[in-house]
Amino acid sequence: MQSEKILEMRGICKSFPGVMALHNVDFTLRKGEVHALMGENGAGKSTLVKIITGVYEKDAGTMSVEGKSVHFRSPEEAQNIGIGTVYQEISLCSNLSVAENMFIGRGHSSLVNWKRMNEQAAHLLNSLEIPARPTQELSSCSIAVQQMIAIARAVDMDCKILILDEPTSSLDEDEVIKLFKLMRELKSRGVGIIFITHFLDQVYEISDRITVLRNGNLIGEYEASSLSQLELVSKMMGKALDDVEHMEKPRIMKHEQDAPVFEAKSLRSVSDIQPFDFKIWKGEVNGFAGLLGSGRSESVRAIYAADKVTGGETMMNGKQVNIKEPIHAMKLGIGYLPEDRKGEGILADLSVSDNIILAFQVLKGFFKPLSKKQAEAFTREFIKKLSIKTPSPNTPMKSLSGGNQQKVILARWLLTHPQYLILDEPTRGIDVGTKVEIQKLVLQLAEEGVSVTFISSEIEEMLRTCSRLIVMRDRQIVGELTGTNVTQADVMHVIAGGGYEHA
Amino acid sequence: MSMLRIKGHGTHLMLPLSVLMILIVINLMKGADYFSITVINGALYGNIPNILFGAAELVIISIGMTLVTAASRGQDISVGVSGAITSAVFVQVVLNAGNSGPITWFTILTGFLASCLVGILIGAFNGSLVAIFKVQPMVATLILFTAGRSIAFLIDGKLSPVLANELISRIGGVIPGIPIQTPILLTGMFIIIMALVMKITNLKLYTEAVGINEGVARLNGINPILIKFTNYIILGVCTAVAGFIAVSKAGRHDSVNLLKFIEMDAILAVAIGGNALSGGTFSIAGSIIGAYTIEVLNRTLLRLEIGTETIKAFKAVFIIILMIIASPVIRTYTRKLVRRTRISPERTKEVSDAITK
Repeated sequence: MQSEKILEMRGICKSFPGVMALHNVDFTLRKGEVHALMGENGAGKSTLVKIITGVYEKDAGTMSVEGKSVHFRSPEEAQNIGIGTVYQEISLCSNLSVAENMFIGRGHSSLVNWKRMNEQAAHLLNSLEIPARPTQELSSCSIAVQQMIAIARAVDMDCKILILDEPTSSLDEDEVIKLFKLMRELKSRGVGIIFITHFLDQVYEISDRITVLRNGNLIGEYEASSLSQLELVSKMMGKALDDVEHMEKPRIMKHEQDAPVFEAKSLRSVSDIQPFDFKIWKGEVNGFAGLLGSGRSESVRAIYAADKVTGGETMMNGKQVNIKEPIHAMKLGIGYLPEDRKGEGILADLSVSDNIILAFQVLKGFFKPLSKKQAEAFTREFIKKLSIKTPSPNTPMKSLSGGNQQKVILARWLLTHPQYLILDEPTRGIDVGTKVEIQKLVLQLAEEGVSVTFISSEIEEMLRTCSRLIVMRDRQIVGELTGTNVTQADVMHVIAGGGYEHA
Repeated sequence: MSMLRIKGHGTHLMLPLSVLMILIVINLMKGADYFSITVINGALYGNIPNILFGAAELVIISIGMTLVTAASRGQDISVGVSGAITSAVFVQVVLNAGNSGPITWFTILTGFLASCLVGILIGAFNGSLVAIFKVQPMVATLILFTAGRSIAFLIDGKLSPVLANELISRIGGVIPGIPIQTPILLTGMFIIIMALVMKITNLKLYTEAVGINEGVARLNGINPILIKFTNYIILGVCTAVAGFIAVSKAGRHDSVNLLKFIEMDAILAVAIGGNALSGGTFSIAGSIIGAYTIEVLNRTLLRLEIGTETIKAFKAVFIIILMIIASPVIRTYTRKLVRRTRISPERTKEVSDAITK
C-alpha cells in the first residue's frame, strides 16, 4: 500500500524559446507520502508542477497516474483526474463564504442547494479539523485557515495528488504546525502530496522523500531520513562538499576606526523577517548569504525602506537618521538595485537615457530638469564606462538585453555618487562576461571608498567580492563569516544549520 | 509645437497627422476653396480659423486629459461638468460685479481666477480619490459627472444667466485691431504655458515613470500620490480655462449643454494622438493634433452635408476605422507587409546582417 505508485513521470523534457527548462526528468510519487520537490529558483520545480497540473504540455516523456498513461491538455483535465493544487498566493474569493469557496464552480447544475452545501462544507471542515464555519466570510479567516480551506477544496475534489507550492511562506509557526497536522491527516488517507518550500527545516519535519532538481536536470531522489541537510544544500547548489575548492582570496577592506557608514539596530519591516542588526564600513563589501527565501532580499529592502519599516534604529556615519521612504535613503547617499529587475528596476517604455538619469534627476529636484544635452552627456559617459550595448541613448529600455538593462540601472546609481550601494542579485539572469564585469566594478567601487552590500545566489561570486558574509536562514541572521579563508563549505555549514562561526 | 518636446521621432504622430491629411484631401475634393480666408471687420475667417476657433476648449482639455491618463492609467469623465461648474462661478462673479458698477477687465480677471480656483478644488477632489484612496479614475470622476450639472445649475440660481457684455464678447470673439479670434489666441497661449511647464519641471519624466510603474518610481524617490494629484489639479485648471472660453463664446451660461460630451472627445483626442489609455509615456503634441483632427472631422461631415441627425453615426464609423487601423494587430501586419515587399529574398540575409550590426 505504502509503496504503490500514484504518479510516475519518465524522461520529461520541456523547453521554452532559448531555454531548456526540464531535461529528462523522472519523478515518482507514491500513495500516502509527502514528497518534497527541492531546488533553487530556476531549477525547474514550477515547470514540473505546471506539467503535472496541465498548465504546460510536456515536449517529451511519459506520465502516468495510477498506472494509466495520461496526457493533459488543460488544467481541467488534470483536475478531473484528481490532481489538486494550492499555490502560494491564495486563489480564492475573499468576499464569499467559506462554503461557497469550497464548492464554487463545481456543481453540475446551475441551481445551488445552500443547505446541503453548507452541511457538506461543515462535515469536511470538521473531519479535517479546520477551525472555520461554512457561512463565515473567507476574508475573516486567518491566512493559514484560508490556506487550509484551499486545501480542503482541492481534497474534496476527489483528490489523489495534492500539490502544495510554498504553502507556508506566509504562515507563522503555529499556523505551520496546524497545516502539517492537516497534511499528515491527508497522508493517512492515502493522498500523495508534493511539497515545495524554501524552508529546509520544514522539509525534514514532514517529508518522506526528497527529489532535487538543478538547472532543469534531475539530481536524484532520496529518502528524507538518509539525506543530511548539508548534503541537500550541496546538491541543490551543485557543489559536492569534497569538490569545493578554495576560492581566490577576498579582498580585505581595512575597517576605519570611526563609525560605520551605515548601521542598523533591530531593524524591522512589514515583511516577516526577524529584527536584525547590521553594519557596514567605508569601502567595505559585505553580503547576505542564504538560500532564496531566507530573507536576504527582505533585509536590504528594510535598509532602503523599500518595504515599510516598522521599527529599529538607523545611523549614517554615526548620526541617527530616519529612513521612512526610499527618497530619504537616496538623499543620504544610499542606492539600491532591486532583485526584480523587470518589475522594480527598469522603466521599460522609457529611453536608456531617461532610465540612467532618473535617480540623479529626482535628487536634483522637480524644478531643475537636466537639459537634453546634459542628460545625453551623462548617458554617453556611462554607456562608455560600463560598455552598455545600445544603439543610441534614446533607445527604449525594453529593447536591451537583460545584462545591459542591469548595467543601465547600475549606471543610474553610480551617477548619484552613492556612499553606500546595495546590489541585490545584480548578476542574475545575465551572461557570464557581464557577471565578471559587475563583480570587478564592485571591487573597484570599494577601492574608491564606496560601501557595497552585494547579494548573489551564487556563493562563489560572493566569496570573490565580499569581505564579510552575513548568513541567513528562515528569515533571520544565523551567522557571520569573515576572514580570508572562508570557503563555500563554511557557508553551506552555516546555511544548513551547523551553527558554524568563523572568527 | 517643438517646444512640447515631441517624444521619439514623431512616429506617434504618424497616425493623427495622416488622418488630418486625409480629411483635408476630402475637403479639397469637395471644394478647392477650402483654405480660402476672408477678412471681415479686420479679423480672419474661413475654414481653418473656424477649426482653430471651434477646437479651443477641446484642445485645452485634451492636454490635461493626456497628463491624467499617463499618470493614473485612467480617464477623467467629469471634465465637461467641471467646466460647467467653473464657468458658472465665473459668470456669478462677473454678474455680481455688474450689479454694483461697470464690468472691467479687472472684474473678468477676478472671475477667471475664481473659476480657476474652483477648477483646482475639483481637481483636488478627483485627484485625492484617485491618488490617495486608489479609486479607479473613471469611477472617481463619475461622482462629479453625475452630480456636477446640478451643482452648476444651483450656482447659476436661474436658468441660463446671460452675459451681455462688450468685454465678454471680445473674449469669445474678436478684440478690435487683432486679426485673430481671441479663443485661438488663448489656446495658443495655453499651449505655450504648458510647454514652458514641461520645460522648467520634470513633470513629464515623473508622470511617465509613475504611469509605467509606480513601484519603480517610488524606489527612485518619486512620490506617485503627489504626481497623480498634481496632474488632476492641472486638468482642473484646464477645465476652468475651457469653461471660461466656452461661456464667453456662448454669451450665456447653459448649465445643461455647456461643454456637453467633451469628455468623450477629449479621451478620443488622447487616443488619436497615439497615447495609450493605459498610461505611461505620452505626447501632448499628439493629443493637440488629435483634438484638431476631431474638430476637422466634425466640420468635414457638416461640409459634406450629412444631416445633423445622422452625423454622429458617420463620426462613429470613421472612428472605428481609425482605431482598427491604429490597433497593434493591423500595425504589426502592415509592418510585416512592408518588410516583405521591400526586401527581395536574396537580399534578406545581407539586410538582416546589416541590421544586427
